[in-house]
Amino acid sequence: MAQSVAPATAAPAITPISLKAIAPWALFFGVLMLVLLYFVGAEQGATSLISGENVHEWVHDGRHLLGFPCH
Amino acid sequence: MNSISVRALLVRGMLAGLVAGVFALVVAYLLGESPVDAAIAFEESNSHEHGHGGEELVSRAMQSTAGLSTGVLIFGVAIGGIAALAFAVALGRIGRFGPRATAALIAFGALLSVYVVPFLKYPPNPPAVGDPDTIGQRTTLYFLMILLSVLLTVAAVTLGRRLAPRLGNWNATVAAAAAFVVAAGLAFAFLPSFNEVPKGFPATVVWEFRLATLAIQVTLWTCFGLVFGYLAERLLTPRTATATDGKGAASRAAAAAN
Repeated sequence: MAQSVAPATAAPAITPISLKAIAPWALFFGVLMLVLLYFVGAEQGATSLISGENVHEWVHDGRHLLGFPCH
Repeated sequence: MNSISVRALLVRGMLAGLVAGVFALVVAYLLGESPVDAAIAFEESNSHEHGHGGEELVSRAMQSTAGLSTGVLIFGVAIGGIAALAFAVALGRIGRFGPRATAALIAFGALLSVYVVPFLKYPPNPPAVGDPDTIGQRTTLYFLMILLSVLLTVAAVTLGRRLAPRLGNWNATVAAAAAFVVAAGLAFAFLPSFNEVPKGFPATVVWEFRLATLAIQVTLWTCFGLVFGYLAERLLTPRTATATDGKGAASRAAAAAN
């Protein structure tokens, strides 16, 4: 097929990164990133971990314009 | 490929997300702030009992500059990190795509599944639109819709890969995309909808606001895909190809053409 025509070095198949190597990074940083998204997208709106309205008011415009339900 | 390259991809993803966030911020400021201001003006002229009361915790000037920047840039870094992890999984598993093409596909897939599909069911609303009593329900359903859409995308890609040996790449991709559309359509049909636009609220403001949010996300994901693709290509392409710039660029162009 196409591969036999192309030079052998042109399009080497990429070896996937093993899932075992990805897992710890995905777990810790995935959760950390989701926590950041939570603070931008939902804190002091639907649910509150920190009392008051400061977080909500501070990210107010960003929350609206990034598409999250704000209030 | 070891965990070092996962770390390197993660760092580059967050960096690319930050750069994309800067571009998205410019779009948000130029296109998004005027409908937000128009909506707040409507809210102030119409609401007697609710709204945000007399004293404001954060001034409008701060909300539309520093506050907006905080939100959009943190969002950019966070989605950049998550997209880099998705890239690490997808690389070499979704077909014969190089790092740059994989990054572009991840960015496009994320734009569709994380934003456009949920947007079609639960479009974002400017200030003054939305009943405060339903905020919990609306937030839950919005996040649920994102989760569902991402899971359906992963399922569709998996299905496409399974079908590819039997149907060929083109037909398998079309079949998987059709399955995704049907499943998303069912979710649209059965999940509850909200229409909380107040009487007399200018329709053009809603339209401009929603279009601006779409422009922000398109900008964000396009810039992310391009910047991260560039960084990932440089990171993952063997050094022999990048050592001499002129020759390297030519051989990489040949590789990309295949």
